[in-house]
Amino acid sequence: MARLSDLSEGMVKHLSKLPMPQLEGSPFAAGGPLSERRVAIVSSAGLGRRGDRPFAPGAADYRVLPGEAAPGDIVMTHISVNYDRTGFQQDLNVVYPLDRLREMAGTGEIGGVADHHYSFMGASDPVSMEPYARDVAAAMRAEGADTALLVPV
Amino acid sequence: MCALGHYLEEEGIATVVVALVREHAEAIGNPRTLWVPFELGRPLGSPDDPEFQTRVLRAAFALLDRPQGPVLEDFPEDAPEPADYTGWACPIALPAARAGTEESHERALSEEIGRLRPWWELARERRARTTVGVSGYDIEEAARLVAAFADGGEPADPAPDRRFSESLKLAADDLRAFYSEAATAQPDMAATSRDLSHWFWEETAAGRVFRAVRDRAGLSEDKGIRLVGGMLLVPRA
Repeated sequence: MARLSDLSEGMVKHLSKLPMPQLEGSPFAAGGPLSERRVAIVSSAGLGRRGDRPFAPGAADYRVLPGEAAPGDIVMTHISVNYDRTGFQQDLNVVYPLDRLREMAGTGEIGGVADHHYSFMGASDPVSMEPYARDVAAAMRAEGADTALLVPV
Repeated sequence: MCALGHYLEEEGIATVVVALVREHAEAIGNPRTLWVPFELGRPLGSPDDPEFQTRVLRAAFALLDRPQGPVLEDFPEDAPEPADYTGWACPIALPAARAGTEESHERALSEEIGRLRPWWELARERRARTTVGVSGYDIEEAARLVAAFADGGEPADPAPDRRFSESLKLAADDLRAFYSEAATAQPDMAATSRDLSHWFWEETAAGRVFRAVRDRAGLSEDKGIRLVGGMLLVPRA
């Protein structure tokens, strides 16, 4: 469905005009076997806890999603109206697959699930997110999470 | 999304990116990317389909074993459509628009919300969650704010500590979530996102109210209100 040929003309034009950030180098972090990795979700869906500050246009920062947050406390304040939210409204895992990660940790497919997850709001300039992304990396390292699953919306 | 991966990798965190727009993923070249052929907003494919969602994650995580990158792979399956799908009609009767009458947006929206409310409550109970509530208003307050603006008034903002344009956007998001959750309360009457979008924009008073808000916002002197009305309320054609 997200083939460009399936989208409206306005959306194709918009997506093709988005500037691509120029990034230096090709960093590649290796890691151990999947069954030993501790995984955190990093979303760009504008997720937050109920009562968190909503994401405003241009927001480059992130919200912390603690693993113990009840599913009913995770809400979305992405600014864009040009994508489907009805999937998320019916099932949190369509956007934030924490239950699936826990099941995979339960069967030993992955080593574990981090205690904290993170969400940015993807309509903002990704280069402006750099300092916040580095903060997320530091927070992940501090709790022994070595792998990030990056999920767009 | 992809730039975030770049910064995390620089910090020693291994990343795997799920990508919805292949052209963007190609341009950025993250170490490991799984492109999924799903619609925007549904990176794991389909709601209430744990097995499918798990297959997506397995395919993504399999890329972590590659000794070098960048790797960009395509997920081979399309997102499943509802079983035995022959089309969807909203099971909830809504008051018919009274053509030719001078009915206010506020009144039409309030009536509609009353008809949807029992189904929204059922959905909230069945799912043990709701995504309504980002504005901090109850749904009637959210409706009053949006409809009064559509009707040409200067509604008093129940949350005066933020800009009116923000309140308008958040109240509108709450209304859309309320409608969508109510309309999907009966899980055996599965609707596609296209069904729900068509229903909201073409068959509900709320869709008409949103378009009226867009039109009025376009005339506003407030840049924030023009932005909300012009870009953040009604999807691109």
